[in-house]
Amino acid sequence: MSSPPTDPALQASEISDVLAELAKACDDQVRRAEDGDEVGGLPARLVAAPGSTREAADVLRVAADHRLRVVARGHGTKLHWGATPSGVELIVDTTRLSGVVEHAAGDLVAVVGAGTALATLQEVVGGAGQELAFDDPLGSTVGGAIATSPSGPRRLLRGTLRDLLIGVTFVRSDGVVAKAGGKVVKNVAGYDFGKLLTGSYGTLGLITEAIFRLHPRPVRSHHVTRTISDAADIGPALRAVLASQTVPSAVDVDWPAEGPRQVSVLLEGTEDGVEQRADAVARLLDTDVGDGAAPPWWGHYPFGPDDVAIKLTCPLTEVGTTMRRAHARAAEHGLSLASRASAAGVVHAATPGDGPPEAVASLVHELRAGIAAYDGSVLVLAAPQPLREGLDLWGPVPGLALMRRLKHELDPVHRLSPGRFVGGI
Amino acid sequence: MATTAQRRPRDLDRLAARLRTVLGEGAVITDRNRLRTYECDGLAHYKVTPAIVVLPHTTAEVAAVVRACVDERVPYVARGSGTGLSGGALPSAEGVLVVTSQMRDILETDAPGERAVVQPGVINLHVSKAAAPEGYYYAPDPSSQQICSIGGNLAENSGGAHCLKYGFTTNHVTGVELVAPDGEIVRLGGKAPDPPGYDLLGAFVGSEGTLGIATEVTVRLLRAPEAVRTLLAAFPSTDEAGGAVSAIIAAGVLPAAVEMMDALAIEAAEAAVHCDYPQGAGAVLIVELDGPAPEVEAQFGEVQRHCRDNKAFEIRIAADDIERALFWKGRKSAFAAVGRISPDYIVQDGVIPRTALPAVLRRIAALSDGEQGQGTEGPSGVRVANVFHAGDGNLHPLVLFDESVPGEAEKAEAISGAILDLCIEYGGSITGEHGVGADKAKYMPRMFTDDDLDTMQMLRCAFDPLGLANPGKIFPTPRLCGEVPGRHKGVHPLAASGVAEVF
Repeated sequence: MSSPPTDPALQASEISDVLAELAKACDDQVRRAEDGDEVGGLPARLVAAPGSTREAADVLRVAADHRLRVVARGHGTKLHWGATPSGVELIVDTTRLSGVVEHAAGDLVAVVGAGTALATLQEVVGGAGQELAFDDPLGSTVGGAIATSPSGPRRLLRGTLRDLLIGVTFVRSDGVVAKAGGKVVKNVAGYDFGKLLTGSYGTLGLITEAIFRLHPRPVRSHHVTRTISDAADIGPALRAVLASQTVPSAVDVDWPAEGPRQVSVLLEGTEDGVEQRADAVARLLDTDVGDGAAPPWWGHYPFGPDDVAIKLTCPLTEVGTTMRRAHARAAEHGLSLASRASAAGVVHAATPGDGPPEAVASLVHELRAGIAAYDGSVLVLAAPQPLREGLDLWGPVPGLALMRRLKHELDPVHRLSPGRFVGGI
Repeated sequence: MATTAQRRPRDLDRLAARLRTVLGEGAVITDRNRLRTYECDGLAHYKVTPAIVVLPHTTAEVAAVVRACVDERVPYVARGSGTGLSGGALPSAEGVLVVTSQMRDILETDAPGERAVVQPGVINLHVSKAAAPEGYYYAPDPSSQQICSIGGNLAENSGGAHCLKYGFTTNHVTGVELVAPDGEIVRLGGKAPDPPGYDLLGAFVGSEGTLGIATEVTVRLLRAPEAVRTLLAAFPSTDEAGGAVSAIIAAGVLPAAVEMMDALAIEAAEAAVHCDYPQGAGAVLIVELDGPAPEVEAQFGEVQRHCRDNKAFEIRIAADDIERALFWKGRKSAFAAVGRISPDYIVQDGVIPRTALPAVLRRIAALSDGEQGQGTEGPSGVRVANVFHAGDGNLHPLVLFDESVPGEAEKAEAISGAILDLCIEYGGSITGEHGVGADKAKYMPRMFTDDDLDTMQMLRCAFDPLGLANPGKIFPTPRLCGEVPGRHKGVHPLAASGVAEVF
């Protein structure tokens, strides 16, 4: 595989021409970059905000003509995720690609612009007693969430965005518009590009529109929460709930840096059904049903923007072990660690970004060595600048050669979020 | 192709000899009569006898076969149980058919970890049977689940009656070991969720054998539901039955399955399996709820009410597993049953938005100018029986004809194609679960633009630049895969002039 062509930096003399072309492409919604228009600390030169798929295609065609490197930005809540790109001349602001285009309530389907806030989508479909069964931990746009695929507690029952996305429209690096999937949930015509784009960090194309399957909003929700004093009890508690027939929507564990550990089980359904299931879960966990409220940590990541954000995955049976190991290793390095897990086999962990870089790097390394024994992965989702340089963010990536070839097909000159993804893609 | 036709036999002899060395004499078939066993899959009106059939036992053997095919530039097609209904496993006449029937081991069932690891030839139902003692099962349940293989399910992203609530194969596969089209063995995912990098697994599932051959599959196991309640409701016509489906969904109930059959489909099922559905029904619905007992109880009453409100004239509730099986027997045998009332038939598979069901059924009836709900028997003489996964708008019209009557097959084919056009017109899909295969490649341009299809084929080029893995499937026109960045502009001049054809 040949390496991508070298930096096609935008010449100062070229900027006004490019601005004019971009202005024509997207109804004058273009400007020079200002403070804050950066990706992973790297300042961009220009910001364009197309208002339709057509305009987005025109913008990317201009970018292709001038060999601009492009990063898409929605609310920018996860722009610091992933590696620092090798360069960025143009930020495509997606927030004008907004609005719920269609809500087919009877079909439980919504068509939505990529720049739409997930909260807005939820509000619109909520009017019909429906929801996108996805917990948005960070206040993302639709496109931003698809590109980075964050996940929250209800992934246990509903899966992740990949399982809810049934259609997608996107613009390729050469400005060609492509779509895959459609407006019906059951559909096996053609390759599922929605899945490829989900979690691709903007390296394969610019998502402009998404189609989701929706679910009826449950009439009743109830959390059963108990404190776990002995960390060795986490695994058995999760197993007891999963092995029951209570069908929880989520089972999450909170292990803060300081303070008590908790496990909380979310039950959703009908009035009577939830009440009886909550009773059953409370018995399993040897606690009372409580008032049903979500604990304060529920649905939030344990990390803030200044932390090192780590995501560990493991088989369902290893969640407790994975958490215990992570906290033990962190303690050995004198690092403070907070973690939250989904019983689906995902642990998110945070350690402060001002810790000693060698200690953090060692921690990540050791976590990877530990998890390799039972099939899982350790990703560093985000890390503050000085730390990031010394970290392998992704670890081993099976199938990387195929991924490189896919990138090469769709973005041969590596202009879309270059370097932000696995293996330098 | 004239030059290749002259070249091929010698190459194929050499290839067969090499495969015998690797796999052993008994695992390589070149005898004409034995090859004919494999000339079609479940879509029997397409027949191509493969040049060579191989029966590998291990991943390493599959990889050796693929490498040999790559060396000789010979196309290959993977086949599981051969139950597919889109010709996805239709062989290449000058190619190798890789049959996974010797790879039938369930390698692991890990109930607490909610996973099973199986070889591709394992029969779908056997996974559930293996997990049953511990109270778990594998959710995707295509009607052919007693004989279809997990590898085939993976290739086709198979659904089934219960995918309304539980999703499709793609939602239930967490890992795969595959032999890529270059012969490399690649692992994607495993027991843990969210493997790093692109979701190649998500693209691989449902790629119809064009991106490689699965040699080991990790699937999710689900905890068996505490309660299952099933009812069968009879309606005057499909309009009322469709109304009941909409009302159930609108009420926020997500049944495990909602199946509908129209009068002609009922007639066929009665003739075949004597399922004793209510007399005089223009349509029947089978609605199944499963889950925690209190939830199922709460919603089952609601479902019955919606059926009555939509003029159900009889509602039967399965008292036990035996009665439930009887309800399902009529439905699951419907395709084959149509053979009792018609010498030949086409099984169509299309999807529409669920709310468009009544409108589309009327249009289907109008297509052959017949009386809706009674099947259709208009001037064209083409009758259409309708069976659907009504909950997710997945239609299975059965277009009846008699091959021996000149012109009938063509008329049936035309009606069948027109039904797909209806699906597209109403914003649906040309296939919900049978796949595109060889059968529907020609319809892909009606649903997707050239740019859409070209983009999809970029994925194919990434995996299979030589175009040897199951060529001729999914896409009506192969894309010439370039080696050099920036070369994919416009139609390749050799293809445009008709000189070159891929593989």
